[in-house]
Amino acid sequence: MPDAAASDAVPSKTQNRFIAALRDAAFVGLITAGLSFPLIALRAEADMNNHLELQQRWSWLVSATIAMAASRFIASIFDRLVARIVGVTGVWLILFAGGTAYYATDTHPGVIAGCVLAGLIAIGLAAALNRSSVDAGRTETRPAEPSRFYRLDTSGGSLAGNLISIAALGCAIAFPLVVLAWLGPQGSLKWINNYGVQILIYVMLGWGLNIVVGLAGLLDLGYVAFYAVGCYAYALLATKFGLSFWLCLPLAGVLAAFWGILLGFPVLRLRGDYLAIVTLAFGEIINIVLTNWVDLTNGDAGIPSIPRITFFGLPFTAADDGFAARFGIEFSPIHRNIFLFYLILALALLTNFVTLRLRRLPIGRAWEALREDEIACRSLGINTTSTKLTAFALGAMFGGFAGAFFAVRQGFVNPNSFTFSESASILAMVVLGGMGSQIGVALAAAVMIGGTELLRELDFLKVLFGAAFDPSQYRMLIFGFGMVAMMIWKPRGLVSTRSPSIFLKQRKAIAGALVKEGHG
Amino acid sequence: MTAQSISSEAMLDLRGVESCYGNIVALKKVDLTVNRGEIVTLIGANGAGKSTLMMTIFGTPRARKGQIIYEGRDIAGLPAHEVARLGIAQSPEGRRIFARMSVYENLLMGAALGDPSSTAGDLERVFAIFPRLKERLTQRGGTLSGGEQQMLAIARALMTRPRLLLLDEPSLGLAPLVVKQIFDVIRDLNRRDGLTVFLVEQNAYHALRLAHRGYVIVNGRITMSGTGAELLARPEIRAAYLEGGH
Ligand SMILES: Nc1ncnc2c1ncn2[C@@H]1O[C@H](COP(=O)(O)OP(=O)(O)O)[C@@H](O)[C@H]1O
Ligand SMILES: [Mg+2]
Repeated sequence: MPDAAASDAVPSKTQNRFIAALRDAAFVGLITAGLSFPLIALRAEADMNNHLELQQRWSWLVSATIAMAASRFIASIFDRLVARIVGVTGVWLILFAGGTAYYATDTHPGVIAGCVLAGLIAIGLAAALNRSSVDAGRTETRPAEPSRFYRLDTSGGSLAGNLISIAALGCAIAFPLVVLAWLGPQGSLKWINNYGVQILIYVMLGWGLNIVVGLAGLLDLGYVAFYAVGCYAYALLATKFGLSFWLCLPLAGVLAAFWGILLGFPVLRLRGDYLAIVTLAFGEIINIVLTNWVDLTNGDAGIPSIPRITFFGLPFTAADDGFAARFGIEFSPIHRNIFLFYLILALALLTNFVTLRLRRLPIGRAWEALREDEIACRSLGINTTSTKLTAFALGAMFGGFAGAFFAVRQGFVNPNSFTFSESASILAMVVLGGMGSQIGVALAAAVMIGGTELLRELDFLKVLFGAAFDPSQYRMLIFGFGMVAMMIWKPRGLVSTRSPSIFLKQRKAIAGALVKEGHG
Repeated sequence: MTAQSISSEAMLDLRGVESCYGNIVALKKVDLTVNRGEIVTLIGANGAGKSTLMMTIFGTPRARKGQIIYEGRDIAGLPAHEVARLGIAQSPEGRRIFARMSVYENLLMGAALGDPSSTAGDLERVFAIFPRLKERLTQRGGTLSGGEQQMLAIARALMTRPRLLLLDEPSLGLAPLVVKQIFDVIRDLNRRDGLTVFLVEQNAYHALRLAHRGYVIVNGRITMSGTGAELLARPEIRAAYLEGGH
């Protein structure tokens, strides 16, 4: 059926596609209904007198039919495997919400709304994923390309890699809802806030720094400066001028990027150690300025009562015009945290998406080439100055976004959040994750931040070591051991294989990594 | 040497070029001409200033004195990436392959400047010259053999569609058979495609046999010049650069 649609004329192609998908879905729905009639809808059960009794479960049949038909519809309307998986996940989330609302009527409405929202986001994401593959396909089949051999496949990564990313993404999307459903609003706060949001902030910072360090190979020890710029940008703009977060977020990014370029200019000629020292100094300068420019920043005392996040204008308060009241659900502080979680998740994904996209474009390849050999780059006509500046500016911009988010989440900022040890931690995530690997950096952030938080949980150790024992005191020791272990077993980071950003369609199985470096 | 398309029109003309590293003068009053369609070689001992000369054309180090006239325009003082955009390509000393990037990505870096729609055709052309690279397309650059790396360096330079190709010691560290392959390719590129080549070499015998004309550099100064055959016949060349015999 989809084949028939595909061979049709171009203008009505999408429409036909839609109809074909509907037909597909109806067909699958019919089969499901037919099969589940004897298997699910009718059920024989022995009653108290041991007589067989026929139970009828029509709602089960309807649920199964809807689930299968909807899944089939999504699967046949998208071409790309990734889009299909994400889309079907979204459908199931929505169905799950519907089912819960129908069967478990006492379920918290927030959970149901959240599920539906997540489902819709997933379907939207699937459509976006599919769209981008269609666009790629369009450029791929340009007539300018003379032979099949040179068709470029920029999808990058292996299928397994994609599946892992999708699974990780699915887990991240479902995380707050699962935790909320499981532990309730009280118990889940810690998990969503201390673990989820905290880890995602560092994932985003790690991904931002990864552009500078991992891809462009510019060792930046003062990344936290841009985080600080973004953070104070929102804090000051919001408290002094009353600008809203949604306006300040891009402004914070632009300001941080501006500072990135400003720092970039003088240090462009430097590499390696020298660059590291200058960026380190820059980080310290920003910190000292924030501490001492008391008129503007209020110094060490910090900026209090920064406006909190709103749901696109609706505050997360118990008031009548608050988020909870508008949506007719009971007020709970957890709503704000869930929203913050999805916000930072979206920001981190944006960072990731932009990075992955750019890696496949000439500018991204130029970053990596710059990391490998600057002289060769110049002799190939690459403007190393502007290449470095874009890396710096882009990395700084994402740092700025993260900073604005940090400010709106904390509601209070002071310079103590932007010390060198923050820069060092973020850099450690990039290095431990395997320079340039997105998944590796995320993993390292999760392990390092999550691990720190987990240490606080290990109270039961007090039974063994006495009441004075505080496991979180051992954070640095464990971190040190971890570093040493990494040096020994995985010196190039958790995910050390670099997958090319571009392939030809016909991939040859030459295990490059297995062939020793040769000379002659 | 057949000289079918060689004109006496200077493509690259260095006039009294001097360049320095700090206080050390590495090139002294260098006059050197490369005509359109020629292969010109520059031979000299280690540390004579051959690479410096080539890098000076590319703007690092800057020529402190003199002019570098390329196609009628003084390019001394232009930054490297702008020189490359004028149709001069360089395979620098030590090949400088992007080690962690695939062969394919390395080649695309060469094509980064050009019109993307011509990339596929350029790739095809380069693969016709170096079929070996086509077989190694997904392999990481750093894991290629020395000869393959040199091929890749030349191929990458060719991807920029140069009119003038500068090669710095392409034979460095390669087995004689591989050197012959590389030099054959250079000859072909010159004869078939009319590519002008400026070849820096220590391997004087092969370089002078290949080149139409040659220059000898000693301590940053050009001491001799002439056709390849002339220079090969000179006893002082034989004594200084061809010792140990070929
Ligand atoms: N970056 C540099 N800084 C200082 N001196 C250099 C530099 N590069 C080369 N030199 C010096 O310049 C001279 C010429 O070097 P080079 O051009 O590399 O020689 P060749 O390529 O002929 O072997 C040598 O004496 C070398 O030590
Ligand atoms: Mg040299």
